[in-house]
Amino acid sequence: MNLNRANSFQLDWLMVFLYVGLVVFGYFNIVSAATGVEFTSYFDISKPYGKQLIFIGAAFVSIVFILALDAKFYERFASIIFLFSMSTLVGLFLFGKNINGALSWYDIGGFTLQPSEFAKFATALALAKYVSDLQTNIKEVRHQIRASLIILIPAALILLQNDAGSTLVFIALIFVLYREGIPDKYILIGFALFLVAIGTLKFSALVVCSIIAGCLLINQLFLKKKKKKFGVALWILIVSIGLGFATEWSYNNVLQKHHKDRIGLWLRLEKDPIKLKEMKRNISYNLNESEKAIRAGGIKGKGFSEGTRTKGKFVPEQHTDYIFSTVAEEWGFLGSSLVVLMFVILIGRIIFLAEQQKSQFSRAYGYGVASILFVHFLINIGMVMGLIPTVGIPLPFFSYGGSGLLGFTILIFIFLKLDANRLNVW
Amino acid sequence: MRKYLLLILVIGSGICLIWRLFFLQVLDSGANTIENDNAIRKIYQYPKRGYIYDRDGKLLVANQPTYDVMVIPNEVETLDTLTFCTLLKIDKTEFLKYLNRAKRYSPRLPSLFLSHLSKEDYAFLSEQMRKFKGFYIRKRAARDYQTDIGANVLGYIAEVNPDNLYKDDYYKFGDLIGKLGIEKSYEEQLRGVKGVNYIQKDIYNRDIGPYKAGQFDTLSVPGKDIKITIDAELQAYGERLMQNKMGGIVAIEPNTGELLSLVSAPSYNPGLLVGRDRSKNYMKLYQDSIYKPLFDKALIRMHPPGSPFKILVALTALQEEVISENDLIYCDGNYTYGKKRRVMKCHCGGGYRNLNTGISNSCNSYFAIAFRKTIGKYENASKAMDIWSAQIQSFGLGNFLGNDLSVGKKGNVPDGSYYDKWYPDFRWGATTILSNAIGQGEILVTPIQLANMTAAIANRGYYYTPHIIKSIDGEVIDPNFKTKKETSIDAVYYEPIIEGMHSVYKTGTANLLRVPGIDICGKTGTAENFTKIDGIKTQLTDHSIFIAFAPKENPKIAISVLVENGYYGARWAGRIASLMIEKYLKGQVTLKKTEQLVLNKSLESEYLKPYSGKPFKINE
Repeated sequence: MNLNRANSFQLDWLMVFLYVGLVVFGYFNIVSAATGVEFTSYFDISKPYGKQLIFIGAAFVSIVFILALDAKFYERFASIIFLFSMSTLVGLFLFGKNINGALSWYDIGGFTLQPSEFAKFATALALAKYVSDLQTNIKEVRHQIRASLIILIPAALILLQNDAGSTLVFIALIFVLYREGIPDKYILIGFALFLVAIGTLKFSALVVCSIIAGCLLINQLFLKKKKKKFGVALWILIVSIGLGFATEWSYNNVLQKHHKDRIGLWLRLEKDPIKLKEMKRNISYNLNESEKAIRAGGIKGKGFSEGTRTKGKFVPEQHTDYIFSTVAEEWGFLGSSLVVLMFVILIGRIIFLAEQQKSQFSRAYGYGVASILFVHFLINIGMVMGLIPTVGIPLPFFSYGGSGLLGFTILIFIFLKLDANRLNVW
Repeated sequence: MRKYLLLILVIGSGICLIWRLFFLQVLDSGANTIENDNAIRKIYQYPKRGYIYDRDGKLLVANQPTYDVMVIPNEVETLDTLTFCTLLKIDKTEFLKYLNRAKRYSPRLPSLFLSHLSKEDYAFLSEQMRKFKGFYIRKRAARDYQTDIGANVLGYIAEVNPDNLYKDDYYKFGDLIGKLGIEKSYEEQLRGVKGVNYIQKDIYNRDIGPYKAGQFDTLSVPGKDIKITIDAELQAYGERLMQNKMGGIVAIEPNTGELLSLVSAPSYNPGLLVGRDRSKNYMKLYQDSIYKPLFDKALIRMHPPGSPFKILVALTALQEEVISENDLIYCDGNYTYGKKRRVMKCHCGGGYRNLNTGISNSCNSYFAIAFRKTIGKYENASKAMDIWSAQIQSFGLGNFLGNDLSVGKKGNVPDGSYYDKWYPDFRWGATTILSNAIGQGEILVTPIQLANMTAAIANRGYYYTPHIIKSIDGEVIDPNFKTKKETSIDAVYYEPIIEGMHSVYKTGTANLLRVPGIDICGKTGTAENFTKIDGIKTQLTDHSIFIAFAPKENPKIAISVLVENGYYGARWAGRIASLMIEKYLKGQVTLKKTEQLVLNKSLESEYLKPYSGKPFKINE
């Protein structure tokens, strides 16, 4: 465990630069969003921006540690890290603190810690370790099930803690499995099922099933005899009908009111424009205000700390999940699209570097990092702009919160360390 | 594919998000300016509204604070309702009604609980206010009338309506604006400019501090005080004389065009339109369909001018050189004209008439002949009528005069095309339209137009646009008001006319109205008056009309009086004109008997006749 000087110079500086850029820009937006009219001092730790400064400090300390450790450490200790992380998730049921209806926090001497943020990199490590294991053949169903369990265990624990948003993040790790070799049809079927479910909600199960039946019928009539697979067609139909009605039933009977409202609004299930407007105002109050703040930004934005909607705290939770609306109001289209661009480049760079890795572990982990960041980026920004139904997950590096910042920093720098070490891997 | 799926998704998502941003921030942008940003509250500082003084500097309109009780329902705690209601002089049901109304509007925002406390109530209440959490007192400015006259001249202010808001974005909901009279004509000078403070507000609509340290805030500019041309004493006297009568008096200083008085009767106390009972009082005035007190009769009551119009008929005939001063005609009490031998009656008493006696005895036959000659001078009646009409209009008849009063009527002076339209298949001539010769026919005037015409005669051929503004603090008044408007009649023709008008007082129809020591020139008028009762044209008692100016040389006052349904001209209008002239020129009235007669006369029974539903007699 000695610091390998040569390695630290092989860091991918573009990523480091993007990381620092995002964190610093994010910090200034938290300053804006968390400041009312009276701004005390950057170091006032009773205010979110003061605390965030401490978190940034902690993140830099963690970076030093991560880079100092031997690259092999992460692969070797992946299982232990994962098990430890899972136990902290389980521990929440005993010692956790309930904030806003989610049992996701430990309260340690005034600071709260959110173990699900750390479970992300732990799961990515464990999954990478499992798929890169010489004994694992991901083409085998048995191993596919084990791999899914690595994803589904933390996902389930977090879902039970009533944090549906973070659950989605773990599901995204399916991209790792796909890269490492699970069959195409899984993705295709998954996508098809998703379409059927959405279609059902939008148009009713009967319509969707009739369309599918129609397509299959045409298919049967026009295909050559040899290729006719009547059994498969029947299966597709049965599954679709089952899923369609199951979706309809669970939408009406299982989902909570606010979930139903959010989905309903997203799919524009309400036809009456006046009622729809009313729904927008009442149900998606946050979204409505956040959209107004984004619009108010215009092309150039109002300037740092000049956003009137930000100052007046019109957008609730603006310094956490809705931080992007601050960016949009104060920095306008130029600033906000720059942020989107930086994320795209950062994630793209990670995927590019992952493909360069010689070890399967590093590549799989890289894909894990990219998938996790991608889901956060897409869902958070999409939600703030009303493209995606409201799901409460933070925007990496931007949203206020120590656990999140630390979690993402560790996630990304472990990959940087692995990447810096790739020449030493034989 | 395995290598690229995630990358493609990332780039695709990036494009979607940037497109959405582009849509929200560039295409469908709601970019704010300081004015439309609803995260910024604009708090206005209302300047003092300018005071209004009469021509002698007597204060007519000032300001007073009024006090409204405001409530923020969420902050109301249990209170001693009984004491509170007693202080406000309301009962418990009203209390609950007002409170619920406020709650319905918003539990969190202040709303009006009770408006316009009297000064006394305010004094008692303000001591106890701290006991009533959630209630507070808001101070607002209102007009404070120092006089009970001139309501039609002064006008009033009231809250802006949607139309005002739409037309001028200076005004915001709840602002006050001049709605009538001086308050309306000189709104911009009187109101000043309000100041504004921009305040950053939060999601709960609470103020959280000045926006950008107040760098966009502006200070208010106080309204300007103005002096009007009205002589408050004369105005008050005119209103007194017109009590229990309907009509108008307009007095003008001929050599300036300044309006000395502008009486509309019946009038009302301007103070009625201030304070808690404002809307109640307003509705009462508004709904009075017989007397229509909100309707400024001096400015918008159009009526046939009657005999005073003969002066202009004579002037045009002189100008066209179709008559001369000493031409004689014989009047046998009737003027018979046309193929059908139609008859126009004359009340002059008969005999030979020249210009002077024609005027003084108001001989219909004389002016019928003069008018026929004027129109007959040209082959084409239509063309003749155009020339005649232009000359009449040079006296300010048939147009709005371009004055600075908030309301007005154009009146009517027909020209050739007017009758061409009326008689498309008929070759009309002077006899067809002969009633114009005696101010009956199609001519319509307002009292202010008649007064202006009188001023032009008094000036021997010009007038200044009648106006009500005397001076504005630090501002020059409209130069148009200082510009001579020439009539198209040569100055030489005025002298014989003025002699005639003088004879009206010496020997003619107004010989009983003489004022000792003052040479008055005048002309009586009696105009037929029709109305519709249940759709049937019915004649009512004639309007009593009078015009006059004095003194004969170097005139100081020109006046027109209309007393609706007052019967013949000298009866009421003439008496009132004489009294007004004496009052203005001497400062006191010696014609005490006449004054008593006028003050005691009520024409109420005349005005109620058409509404009685029974047959009635007229001109009694």
